[in-house]
Amino acid sequence: MSNDYNFAYLDEQTKRMIRRGLLKSIAIPGYQVPFASREMPMPYGWGTGGVQVTSACLVPEDKIKVIDQGADDTTNAVSIRQFFEKTAKVETTTHTEKASLIQTRHRIPEHDLDENQILVYQVPIPEPLRFLEPRESETRKMHALTEYGLMHVKLYEDIAHHGHIATSYAYPVKVEGRYVMDPSPIPKFDNPKMSMCPALQLFGAGREQRLYAIPPYCEVISLDFEDHPFTRLKANAECELCSANNSYLDEVIIDDEGNRMFVCSDTHYCEARQADGHRGKRNRLDQEGYDATHI
Amino acid sequence: MQPIFEATGISKSYGHILGCSNINLSLYSGEVMGIVGESGSGKSTLLNCLSAQIMPDQGEVIFRSPSRGEVDILKLSEAEQRYLARTEWAYVHQNPRDGLRMSVSAGGNVGERLMNIGNRHYGNIRTKAEDWMSRVELDTSRIDHRPSTFSGGMQQRLQIARNLVTEPRLIFMDEPTGGLDVSVQARLLDLLRSLVQELSLSVIIVTHDLAVIRMLADRMVVMKNGNVVEAGLADQVLDDPQHPYTQLLVSSILQV
Ligand SMILES: Nc1ncnc2c1ncn2[C@@H]1O[C@H](COP(=O)(O)OP(=O)(O)O)[C@@H](O)[C@H]1O
Ligand SMILES: [Mg+2]
Repeated sequence: MSNDYNFAYLDEQTKRMIRRGLLKSIAIPGYQVPFASREMPMPYGWGTGGVQVTSACLVPEDKIKVIDQGADDTTNAVSIRQFFEKTAKVETTTHTEKASLIQTRHRIPEHDLDENQILVYQVPIPEPLRFLEPRESETRKMHALTEYGLMHVKLYEDIAHHGHIATSYAYPVKVEGRYVMDPSPIPKFDNPKMSMCPALQLFGAGREQRLYAIPPYCEVISLDFEDHPFTRLKANAECELCSANNSYLDEVIIDDEGNRMFVCSDTHYCEARQADGHRGKRNRLDQEGYDATHI
Repeated sequence: MQPIFEATGISKSYGHILGCSNINLSLYSGEVMGIVGESGSGKSTLLNCLSAQIMPDQGEVIFRSPSRGEVDILKLSEAEQRYLARTEWAYVHQNPRDGLRMSVSAGGNVGERLMNIGNRHYGNIRTKAEDWMSRVELDTSRIDHRPSTFSGGMQQRLQIARNLVTEPRLIFMDEPTGGLDVSVQARLLDLLRSLVQELSLSVIIVTHDLAVIRMLADRMVVMKNGNVVEAGLADQVLDDPQHPYTQLLVSSILQV
């Protein structure tokens, strides 16, 4: 049956349409390009925008990796990976450095990306100004005329109500000194990785029908105030499995008593470090009672 | 001295409905011009043409900008018009909901224009917001409250603070006291009058209320069916109206 699918599911005409949109988005870094999003065999919110972008970019030689919140093994990541195994018969991998295309929801891998890679983001709400200005006609004008004061109003409100910029996901950025862009709900910890990244970064919003891009080696600046500068924000802890102290950590509950531990959100990064002999405090050979190499 | 603002031959129709017809109007720096007339006489249409919110069918609007010199407003690009509108101009709506962001704190509302023109220092923005809140007699301890928790009069004063924070040269106002109780109106008018004097603002104000004109305006025009039927010094027109329609307006207010 799977032979009946066109390569990577979408028909060639649709892929061409999406590629044209992607080329335009690459030509205008950070600019939202409308596209005619197609129905995909999965619900919105499951990354239909990212899947369409991946479908339009895939070639048979590709090796793809799919992550959800940094993990390769969640239902969402597994089903998207299987989708492309089935419809494109491409190889899949969990190794960041071996993948030629990585589709992601909510994270950028810890391992540095290179010029031969494409990172595809799944985007729920592409419009960073939507929060304070619901009128699409008005936000489009604000982008066209570079009127971005409103973005700082949002950050102002954060400081007024919380004493600091409390936005920690989907933290707005300015790309190449021009367009303000929503980086999708990645933690702001990941924001600096977008800047001067050698890989091509593509963003797809299925329900909202928008594509945008950060071409390789573009400057991406996180917005802030002079007296409240952008900070990366990271738990003051190290991974209890691999002892990494510079990766983004999740705090997870590990037993019925509600005990918690910090672990890398990037599961592949964590496993690779453990394979190299790095051990965190829950995972030392002398520590009994835990077999937590993988949770 | 040349007027700071000069409009000539402004006409605007909505299909076959006349908005306003061939209006000439000029304003000197520090002067308040009142536009009066009954509902539907074309006041808002004229104000929106003068402030480049809508494009008139005919006419020219010249603004002598302190920073840019003489500009032909209707020939500017939309980007330039919008920039002018949030720096050297201001527009106060009748309904504060149209001029405020209801989901943003009072301080954020006042600070927005500062952020729009590139101010990136939170502490300075907040200090200016507090300063302007107290200048319009708002309790600065409410700086983090949303305008939806303010009374109508407070909302209108907040809208004025939000507009004046960038120290614009020219303010357009459309029935700024329109929706308010009489006592609240009086307080707002007092405030407007002292701000106009203190900052020597140039103002074009639309109202159907001659008491507002009496209190604020130096000169006035009277509109009827899209035309100006009488124009002159406000006191003279009010004390000695020449046109029968103005006489009717003035006598109807005197009866109240
Ligand atoms: N957007 C519009 N479309 C059609 N007709 C309009 C519009 N705005 C105003 N008009 C008409 O133009 C005339 C002048 O209206 P307006 O300028 O709002 O008067 P005022 O502010 O003095 O009440 C009225 O007949 C009104 O119905
Ligand atoms: Mg009106």
